[in-house]
Amino acid sequence: MDQMPDALVAMRDVAISFGGIHAVDRVSIELNGGEVTALVGHNGAGKSTLVKILSGAYQHYAGTIFVGGKEVAIGNPRDAKAYGIETIHQSLALADNLDAAANLFLGRELRTRWGTLDDIAMEAEARKVMRRLSPHFERFKEPVKALSGGQRQSVAIARAILFDARFLIMDEPTAALGPQETAQVGEIIRQLKADGIGILLVSHDIHDVFDLADRICVMKNGRIVGTVRVADVTKDEVLGMIILGNCPPSAIPGPGASVATNEERGRQR
Amino acid sequence: MVQSASPTVRFLKAAELDSRMLGMIGALAMIWVGFHLLSGGLFLTPRNLWNLSVQSASVAIMATGMVLVIVTRNIDLSIGSMLGFIGMVMGAVQTDLVPKLLGFEHSATWAVALAIGLGLGIVLGGFQGLVVAYLGVPSFIVTLGGLLVWRGAAWWITSGQTIAPLDARFRLMGGGPEGSIGAGWSWAVGALACFAVILLMAGGRVRRRKFRFPLRPLAAEIFLGAAACTFIVAAIAVANAYPWPIGSVRRFAEANGISLPPGGLFIAHGIAIPVLIAIGVGVVMTFVATRNRFGRYVYAIGGNPEAAALAGINTRWVIVKVFMLMGFLAALSGAISIARLNAATNSEGTLAELLVIAAAVIGGTSLAGGAGTIAGAMLGAVLMQSLQSGMVLLGVDTPLQSIVVGAVLVAAAWLDGTYRRRV
Repeated sequence: MDQMPDALVAMRDVAISFGGIHAVDRVSIELNGGEVTALVGHNGAGKSTLVKILSGAYQHYAGTIFVGGKEVAIGNPRDAKAYGIETIHQSLALADNLDAAANLFLGRELRTRWGTLDDIAMEAEARKVMRRLSPHFERFKEPVKALSGGQRQSVAIARAILFDARFLIMDEPTAALGPQETAQVGEIIRQLKADGIGILLVSHDIHDVFDLADRICVMKNGRIVGTVRVADVTKDEVLGMIILGNCPPSAIPGPGASVATNEERGRQR
Repeated sequence: MVQSASPTVRFLKAAELDSRMLGMIGALAMIWVGFHLLSGGLFLTPRNLWNLSVQSASVAIMATGMVLVIVTRNIDLSIGSMLGFIGMVMGAVQTDLVPKLLGFEHSATWAVALAIGLGLGIVLGGFQGLVVAYLGVPSFIVTLGGLLVWRGAAWWITSGQTIAPLDARFRLMGGGPEGSIGAGWSWAVGALACFAVILLMAGGRVRRRKFRFPLRPLAAEIFLGAAACTFIVAAIAVANAYPWPIGSVRRFAEANGISLPPGGLFIAHGIAIPVLIAIGVGVVMTFVATRNRFGRYVYAIGGNPEAAALAGINTRWVIVKVFMLMGFLAALSGAISIARLNAATNSEGTLAELLVIAAAVIGGTSLAGGAGTIAGAMLGAVLMQSLQSGMVLLGVDTPLQSIVVGAVLVAAAWLDGTYRRRV
């Protein structure tokens, strides 16, 4: 286990606790480029916390993170972005009072040679990337609070892919969307995957997960129950993992798998 | 939707004008004309408008900083006291410290006093900012403490004694006949301003065309440019139409060995130095707020602090810098206030923080954070000062003045809220 992982992004024995509660408890996970890994589990299972560690929202965590086989320290969002890890947060993390271009470039503004903000160049770039995601989008002058849920989601995704991300974290990207917009986001995810970008998809929606993901990783009480390929598993088995922590035979069990499962499995064999 | 709109709305859309700002300018025009009619033609005179501009300068300068403070969802209640304390320090420096070191009426006295004052403003503001941003004490509490602490410190410096008179050069910052730049320089400033307006508009157009963005209709652009230049020229003409009082003219004539002609000598005030400072502050602060990364972060923090932090912005340090800027501007206003009074008193700037906050709010700054403009706040300061000096002209009693200003503040905030919900 001590050799360097060859996955694009790997977390090993990562843990964090808040006030004595282990929100994430010695989690190890490997994530590949060109692959969608879904991270599923109940509310409070630790999905969002794990994702936030990877995106640099927490400074103090135990364990190690590898990007491209090299050990890295991610202490703030800037670090994560420097390693090509971009995050689309569940709340979208948009400054509602600013327009789309200002949000896309927030923290990484384009500037003129006098050091002032180059709003026109930023708008031009924003138009380019938004054309790819949402061809009919024209409301570049309005604050993003005036936009629809799907448009806001497009802005959040555009921000993540604008800077040549290698790895994308999407926290509940379809939770606030209607069916049509959900399909649109699914299309974008497939497109990004085809471009070789690795995606970690955090989702509640088991249908979405089966639709989009290649692998499923289930968390419960801050620990990994198991990881399984979508092709090898049924929805009911995944629900069993989420609710009871039961690992089906096709899954690679993690430390969070309930002990009963192993006994059961022994009996079945 | 655009098709069904009225021609005025269509024009506003085409010209990309801020209808909110236009509403404020309209309200100000109504107040001015109203007072002019009620006072029997006393309000819209060069003399009254010139005085109005000088009286507005101090609050307008601080209001530009208060906008950024409020945009980041904070408040600064300490600036009135800070103004008083730093004013006392600047007074003591120029009447006590510098004369001891450099001699009496030294030509650098004003610069030393001002530099120390401005530096102190940055330090005091930065200190409060550090407590707010890094120790997590709400800014309301921190600056409420500051309000008491700095006022007490102002008293302490000279045990309550007033410091007067001040250095002659320092006094120029307060306005008055000598503290104005005269007709020639005023026209030069006006020409420069018109030139800058045209250059900015043309430059923006060229850049938008380069990126093939939709342009404003040329007619709208020309109209706006012409309106701006007309306003500038009119303002300069008003400032230049206000002559020096006869006493100042006589002193000036004696000092320069000119014999006064029988009809008297017409020497124009021109723009007052404090007003020039305020305009400069307004331009720089608008630049900082809209064309600069720091300003962008200030608004992003106000819109969504969490999003700003997740975007990799050092939100705490930005907050500290906002408070530093506020302290700097309070010190600048302090210099103008004591220069105008030709005395530093420990009560200078009492309640100024409330006038400044009111100016920012009347100018459209939202206390919920994330929204507000520098120009709006400065206009708010002028509007409040207009109300106050208009009522003085009409002979309205002081208590009634406060009642009116207070009512206007609440009404403005209510109107603004209604407007925001609708648009």
